[in-house]
Amino acid sequence: MPLAPESPPAPPAQAVRPRPLSPHLQVYRPQLTSVLSITHRATGVALAAGTLLLVWWLVATATGPEQFVTVQAVMGSWLGKLVLLGWTVSLFFHLANGIRHLFWDAGLGFELKTAYASGWVVVAATIVLTVLAWAWGLA
Amino acid sequence: MSNNNVSMRSDLARVRGLGPAHDGVGHWWAQRLTALALVPLILWFVASIASLAGADHATVADWIAQPIPAMLLVLLVVATFHHAQLGLQVVIEDYVHVEALKIALILAVKGLSVLLAVAALFSVLRIFSWAS
Repeated sequence: MPLAPESPPAPPAQAVRPRPLSPHLQVYRPQLTSVLSITHRATGVALAAGTLLLVWWLVATATGPEQFVTVQAVMGSWLGKLVLLGWTVSLFFHLANGIRHLFWDAGLGFELKTAYASGWVVVAATIVLTVLAWAWGLA
Repeated sequence: MSNNNVSMRSDLARVRGLGPAHDGVGHWWAQRLTALALVPLILWFVASIASLAGADHATVADWIAQPIPAMLLVLLVVATFHHAQLGLQVVIEDYVHVEALKIALILAVKGLSVLLAVAALFSVLRIFSWAS
């Protein structure tokens, strides 16, 4: 995966310009931009599944102390913590990259260099926010 | 015709601006508005549950039963399920090409989103009612 933008190769001189094709995934060399793009979709689907945890937590709290203790026990187990870690990573990635998308929607940051720079900011923000949230929660 | 290009579209269709999917930019715009609303809501929510980590039932229930957390939770639930439904619909439309299955999956996601959102909202309101 190239870490910085590359200029596209010049097309052959007298080639007929072909119709645009979707990438052939078997021979496709991923770039930061395409990896972040599909990760945005994957984390979005994961977060939609994660809403089940939110609903379970709220319903159990509304039902009573016994049901609440069950949720606490499951979330506090090592498997529960692993799921919550995956949830926080997905959440912060989708949040940071979603803000990047909102800037694009406003017509900003489309230059290749800027798109790579903002991509690395998203990766860094995901790591920093996840560490901060867990440091806060475990403190 | 006000358009120089030869077009099969009637002037009425062009003025309505809804395009071949019949809902124009409605879906796209709702996805962006819910995204914008979720930025502060989700930061508030994560900070709140991080400071509630390990708290017992009474502490969590007392927190939800306050007016501002209760209201923000209602907004969070509504924005979250609307945003998730819109996003999952796009994923389904991109990958499922059997028309009947596609429509069935989109309807199932919509129904499930409403069901889960109502369960979450009802729970918040029930906990809030304990305070008064």
